[in-house]
Amino acid sequence: MIEVDARGFSCPVPVVKTKEAIDNNPKAPLTVLVESEVSKENVSRLARSRGYSVMVERVEDGFRLLLSPSFK
Amino acid sequence: MRRLFRSPSPRMLLIVSGLAFGVLASLLVRWGNPANMGFCAACFLRDITGALGLHRAEVVQYIRPEILGLVLGSFTAAFAFKEFRTRGGSAPLVRFFLGALMMIGALVFLGCPVRALLRLAGGDLNGITALGGLVSGAFLGILFLRRGFNLGRSAKMPALAGWLFPAFMVVLLLFAIFTPYFILSSGSGTGSLHAALWISLAIGLGVGFLAQRTRMCFVGGWRDLMLIRDMHLFSIIAAFFVGALVTNLILGQIDHWGFVGQPISHDEHLWNFFGMALLGLAATLLGGCPLRQLILSGQGDTDAAMTVFGMIAGAAVAHNFGLAASAKGVTTFGAWTVGIGLAVVLVIGFLMKERRAS
Repeated sequence: MIEVDARGFSCPVPVVKTKEAIDNNPKAPLTVLVESEVSKENVSRLARSRGYSVMVERVEDGFRLLLSPSFK
Repeated sequence: MRRLFRSPSPRMLLIVSGLAFGVLASLLVRWGNPANMGFCAACFLRDITGALGLHRAEVVQYIRPEILGLVLGSFTAAFAFKEFRTRGGSAPLVRFFLGALMMIGALVFLGCPVRALLRLAGGDLNGITALGGLVSGAFLGILFLRRGFNLGRSAKMPALAGWLFPAFMVVLLLFAIFTPYFILSSGSGTGSLHAALWISLAIGLGVGFLAQRTRMCFVGGWRDLMLIRDMHLFSIIAAFFVGALVTNLILGQIDHWGFVGQPISHDEHLWNFFGMALLGLAATLLGGCPLRQLILSGQGDTDAAMTVFGMIAGAAVAHNFGLAASAKGVTTFGAWTVGIGLAVVLVIGFLMKERRAS
């Protein structure tokens, strides 16, 4: 699984990194590690707008977001 | 109440916050703030810089309680929602310089992105030139972000560091209340025009609280629109503009529509455009407009606090070295500095890239 580690980066770098990973790996599930609440919201919003379902898991110092493409 | 602020898709909250901020910004003019300057992160930080004696432009010296309120409102919201986290170490010196250049760009145009909208909502069409520059700068910043630009990761720090900046604001508040002899206050000019201390402070606190919850950003809105075609943050900007415009119309605060003879404004289009382009580019690389930097400083982000100190230094330099524009127009040094500033930020944009982990 492709993992994007965006911990410690401030807005909008986590979104840019996630977008790049989505563009490079269309239709593949991704894991994104972020630290702040803001990054969690921003990355989730981007993923949902691109048709991914988002699962948030709380981890030590931050969140792990599981983005899975949903096929309709 | 808590649930409203926590709902996952708070579009309604964004729009209501934007509207409320716009209305309050126009009301502040009614209550004493300078025309088309109900709220301005850059101008108000510049006034604080003057009040502390760091520059000698006598007409722009006043401890603006709105700024103190913004930071302390954000601090309160961050604590209430358990989002206060002390962090730092993401290229603080680069942020300091970017903050300074952002301020110089703002003082050549005479306003931050918030005031650009307020000027337009008050009939000053130079706001359009400024927004054009701002969006162009943000677009350039996005190109750098896509190339992999970033200022590096921040790290967790002991909580004390995050408390320092809000504590500094409390000290400034005490200065504003007790006005010791070393705090300067304009007797005439822009700095002498202000609403009552408690009104300014209360509105600052409220806006700071909402801005922390909504992640309001007057550059981020444009950026997200172009970068990921997302309306989320932009909806705040749009609502803010509508709120300010409607309030100005109701209160009859629009003197005339046009480019010439507008309050605290000049019509040198080239420099209005490039001043704000400098700000838009620097803010995009920094991850937030001047207002957003103040909000982040209140929630423990010491890198944002460094940026704010950079802005204070930028304001001091702008007025001490005669770079700041005035209603008479742009100064030669101001124009040169915008050009040099753009070159410096472009170099930063090209060179600050993450090294690949080996």
